Amino acid sequence: MVDFSKRYDVLVIGGGNAALCAAISAAREGASVLVLEAAPQFYRGGNTRHTRNMRCAHDAATDTLSGPYSEEEFFDDLLRVTGGNTNEELSRMMIHESKDMLDWIVQQGVRFQPSLGGTLSLGRTNSFFLGGGRAMLNALYLTAEDLGVTIAYEAEVIGMDIENGMFLGATVKRPDGAFFVRAGSLVAASGGFEANKEWLEESWGPSAKNFLIRGTRFNRGTVLKMLSAAGVDQIGDPTQCHAVAIDARAPEYDGGIITRLDCVVFGVVVNKHCERFYDEGEDVWPKRYAIWGRLVAGQPDQIAYIIFDASSLELFMPSCFPPIKAESIRELAGKLELDADALDKTLADFNAAVKPGTFDHTQLDDCRTQGLAIEKTHWARKIEKAPFYAYPVRPGITFTYLGVRVNKQSRMMMADGKPSANMFAAGEIMAGNVLGKGYAAGIGMTIGSVFGRIAGREAATNARN
Amino acid sequence: MHATNTLAEADRLMTICNSCRYCEGLCAVFPAMEMRRDFLDGDLNYLANLCHSCGACYHDCQFSPPHEFSVNVPKVLAQVRADSYAAYAWPAGLSPMFEKNGLKISLVAALSVAVFIAGFVGVHDPAALFGQHAGDFYRLMPHNTMAAIFGAAFLFAIVAMIMGIRNFWKDIGEPAATLTQGGSLWQAMKDASTLRYLDGGGVGCMNDSERPTDNRRRYHHFTFYGFMLCFASTSIATLYHYVLGRHAPYPWYDLPVVLGTLGGLGLVIGPIGLLMAKKERDPALVDESRKGMDVAFLVMLLATGFTGLALLVLRNTSAMGLLLSLHLGVVFALFVTMPYGKFVHGIYRFLALVRYAKEKRMLEMGEA
Repeated sequence: MVDFSKRYDVLVIGGGNAALCAAISAAREGASVLVLEAAPQFYRGGNTRHTRNMRCAHDAATDTLSGPYSEEEFFDDLLRVTGGNTNEELSRMMIHESKDMLDWIVQQGVRFQPSLGGTLSLGRTNSFFLGGGRAMLNALYLTAEDLGVTIAYEAEVIGMDIENGMFLGATVKRPDGAFFVRAGSLVAASGGFEANKEWLEESWGPSAKNFLIRGTRFNRGTVLKMLSAAGVDQIGDPTQCHAVAIDARAPEYDGGIITRLDCVVFGVVVNKHCERFYDEGEDVWPKRYAIWGRLVAGQPDQIAYIIFDASSLELFMPSCFPPIKAESIRELAGKLELDADALDKTLADFNAAVKPGTFDHTQLDDCRTQGLAIEKTHWARKIEKAPFYAYPVRPGITFTYLGVRVNKQSRMMMADGKPSANMFAAGEIMAGNVLGKGYAAGIGMTIGSVFGRIAGREAATNARN
Repeated sequence: MHATNTLAEADRLMTICNSCRYCEGLCAVFPAMEMRRDFLDGDLNYLANLCHSCGACYHDCQFSPPHEFSVNVPKVLAQVRADSYAAYAWPAGLSPMFEKNGLKISLVAALSVAVFIAGFVGVHDPAALFGQHAGDFYRLMPHNTMAAIFGAAFLFAIVAMIMGIRNFWKDIGEPAATLTQGGSLWQAMKDASTLRYLDGGGVGCMNDSERPTDNRRRYHHFTFYGFMLCFASTSIATLYHYVLGRHAPYPWYDLPVVLGTLGGLGLVIGPIGLLMAKKERDPALVDESRKGMDVAFLVMLLATGFTGLALLVLRNTSAMGLLLSLHLGVVFALFVTMPYGKFVHGIYRFLALVRYAKEKRMLEMGEA
């Protein structure tokens, strides 16, 4: 079916948003394109499968966006979440291009809707995909197929021929054997290495074994490693990853959005020794959810328990696993296999320290504790109304920051400072150029679409010359 | 706890879907789901009847099989829906008719009636059966007899379906007063008559693959409006007969014949298109055990349209007698099996849309 003996103009490694935008954009420039997706067809699309929106600048409200979001405001948000750890030239260019992306991506068959139920805070800035990320991918794949792009599934790249920054060809492992394929230029859009636990252990030690991978199991960073070995310059902190606290009962891979828990602010969080370890009410949840992955990763056995009572049960978005329920704290401890005396004492101490206040979960209220080693500074209410509930949580890794350095053409930069002759990158594999640390909802998709489109166009031009 | 394993599975899926919500823009099912946190049997039956089975959520879902969460909303809701038809059937003793042999039952009923009619007429007056009557049907069966037999069959179907409606409305826990709200009824009529939710959220339904197609909606329109035109044709002819004293046969350009011809064409084109779409449908989405019920209904509609058109074309020949017997047999079988087959999907779905229109309006009023 897939002809590996043919020399393609553009070879795209990866199968997510960035890869498909690159493939479509190259095909629209007249290039012959081969997409190598390591996953089988159902799991195609990497982490794009689990996404739901993209953040694009726009001057006015639209059918699906509730108000304007200027380039300047977008850039300010980016500066804030990254603490300034961004390449300003690239990020300003990306934000500018993101304006046109809202139209371009719709022309490729992707459809938008107003922000989803439970995500009103993003209704102005983020465009939500109708049907979610997999629907978006399906639309992009149909468009790519209609444009004549060749797509190979279960096609893992296991070797690359690169000479002095020039890509010659790649060795592809498929169920029916290994093939060598040549191409005029390369777009690497194969994601990060968050599913590669051995690699994670290099930075996190043995605790990485207890991490859950929220997205695809296919992001193992093989291509990233090969590119670095071939002299491509690296960017981004190799020891960092984006992690949140998710339900510990989630599967090891691909648990996605439904394993998230938005109830930390309503209760207390204890480790396996029944000790609290951080202020659960430090700030509103959208600003703090991303620190809890790291916090739980620092606890013994990388496990923690969110504990709350009946008065909070319906204050947050439902999640896929039911909370563990008991009529008393001691019974709850038994079900969680925790020390009942210790949990009872932690909760009693907490309840005793709660000061009177007016509870309001929609803003920073005045409900706080006083006299604890670790205070809860907002939304602190006594946990006393049976039944009592608990969710076990573990660190869930979303993505990694380490990547390849690119310029404004999405062209890879070599460690010696020269641009690569014919290699381009898009998506998570180069996200570190824009996103040195932190995260803002939907920005991964912006990076993928904008740089994917540029990389595809430039790779096609490059192959032609 | 749930009454059946299928309902328990639907509860599991809705709990997963409610913590994701990516599909909320596709149709009415997911917004209705978001208005709830727990799913009782009545809630699940309501959601199942709201689902038009467009298949988009299956292809858009990151958790559909082979993912271990194995989320297959169209298929499970189809199972719940079919179970609910049987549960609401009146009299309850006839609910096993929803099981696999729907087509056989319908065909046997149609042929029996046809044989009886042909038999009675043939024995008493073979000339009437095989003669040429210039399209005068009443030479075989007097008009009053025909009206009495079919009126009774129709009345029975209506009574049985009203009882089913009562059961459905009680099960989902909706007050009777909702059915008197003009706004909700009007909204539901608009949504049902355009098949608003059979469009995968705007691009068409996903039948054989993730590549959308609007064929099912198109052919359903042929079928539904074909049926309604035939119904209008019969009603007008009845009025002609009793009010104006104008008796059949009517010329080709007269209203009953024009409407009946157009309706008959719809009932031939529509069911054939839907049967073809059913054949091509992705097996992952199909509730195989209930396929018989769907096919039976489509075949009976097709047979109604086909025998009706044949009767029109050949009404001046000696074939009229047998064709009329056959056509009346098919129509009779269609009527009496209506409350125990796929026909009821339209009724329960319309009612679910009425409730959804009400819930949606209340939610919007609450937010405003």
